[in-house]
Amino acid sequence: MTRRFDWPGAAGSVAVLAGVVALWWAASHGGWVSRVFLPSPEATLDSLVEGLGAGGELLAFTGATVGRMALGWGLASALGVALGALIGSSAAARVWIAPTLEGIRPLPASAVMPLAMSIFGLSGSMVLAVVAFGAMWPVLLATVHGLAHVHPQLREVAQGLQLGRREVVFKIGLPNALPDILAGMRLSMTVSLIVSVVGEMVASQPGLGQAILLASRAFRASELFAGIVLLGAIGFVSNALLAVAEKKLLRWQHP
Amino acid sequence: MAINFRPFVFPAVLLGALEWWARTTGKGSDALAPPSAAVRAFGGALADGSLLAATGFTLGSAALGLLIGALGGLGLGTLLGLSRRAARLASLSVEVARPVPSVALIPLAMLVFGFGLRMEISVVAFACLWPMLVLTQAAVLQVEPRLLEVAHALQLSPLARFTKIVGPAIVPRLFVALRLCVAIALVVAVTVEIAANPHGMGYALIIAQQSLDPALMLAWLAWIGGVGFAINAAALALQRYVARRMGAEGAA
Repeated sequence: MTRRFDWPGAAGSVAVLAGVVALWWAASHGGWVSRVFLPSPEATLDSLVEGLGAGGELLAFTGATVGRMALGWGLASALGVALGALIGSSAAARVWIAPTLEGIRPLPASAVMPLAMSIFGLSGSMVLAVVAFGAMWPVLLATVHGLAHVHPQLREVAQGLQLGRREVVFKIGLPNALPDILAGMRLSMTVSLIVSVVGEMVASQPGLGQAILLASRAFRASELFAGIVLLGAIGFVSNALLAVAEKKLLRWQHP
Repeated sequence: MAINFRPFVFPAVLLGALEWWARTTGKGSDALAPPSAAVRAFGGALADGSLLAATGFTLGSAALGLLIGALGGLGLGTLLGLSRRAARLASLSVEVARPVPSVALIPLAMLVFGFGLRMEISVVAFACLWPMLVLTQAAVLQVEPRLLEVAHALQLSPLARFTKIVGPAIVPRLFVALRLCVAIALVVAVTVEIAANPHGMGYALIIAQQSLDPALMLAWLAWIGGVGFAINAAALALQRYVARRMGAEGAA
């Protein structure tokens, strides 16, 4: 039986959102909040349309930010899984190296930015490196954890079949760690977006982060809001895509 | 019992390698400095009081932002958890606002509040609001239904229902959410300082880099990492303590 779509609920939920926008409109037009901070919804929409339309800059900035985020996330995922598989599959590495990684993990990714700036200079690849570094941890630690907690019976199966270490990792360890890895990749997507935006702000690389910072410095509130809306949309879409992918990739676990 | 030294070998080797490199090939580098110089720079920052002042600013604004965001998330999350209708009505608005990256609000907070404590608090509060809301809502939804039936049978008022039944039942899960938010608050506070706000540890770090003082920069980086590690460990210990005191559920 398929559940019927909850029309009254959806309508009410849309109505509440419309109410929030109406409140925003009233706050802006009624002068409750200065227009300098809070542009009207229609001014924000105008800025969005103008920026995304022909000749607007926002489209290119959005593309730059999305590209930075996606590339950094891809690098982080690949590095995280590879390093995690190396460390997680070796008991010695887990004892000697993993505690150091756990210790570095709470370090804010953006705090590495100044170090990267002094080593690599102000460049797009510097930002990319910091994005990849910061977003790597959730994937890396999830992979280590997933490989370290293989069910003892699966371990026995591997021994019984006399699988080599590489085969154990690829045939048992990584599939077993997949739910953890995917959860880590979802977290690292969020981190990638945040670090990309911070990187664009700090290192003046083209993108939405730089665009909203400049808009704010020039008191162009409607452009600032348009940028925030776009960043929210990027976050929303990337999360939704990943949720769908996760469901597809994990289908084999629930036959 | 022998002290387990093995976790410390790898970082010690890395630091030794950096020390050796910075004293030979990398001598006079503007990018990196030997760890021994970083220790001296750390001592200098500690002696002139800048270390404590910056750390106090960052931790204070992170704590205040966490307080505001967590209380807001707690209130909204409880409301949405208790009332299915409220949850349905608010779902779209929450889903639209939640994915906005907290750092996107830095320029807005700068515009509204200018530099200083309030802008940092507002961004931290926004960042902590959503995880707290979602996790509180989930915690309330997982309250044992029989407890709610008891509350119904006793004809408790909504306030009494919350303070006597739901509140105590969700405490262990709330501390899990709190630990998560503590980590987020610290990361966001440092990020706000690096990106814009000229106060606190993040600013000290980036200023050390911009004035080509790699020793001081490494000292700040290590200090921020150490503070983050200590605070995360303390939050985890608190979460485990509460879970033990309140019964084992949620201890995982």
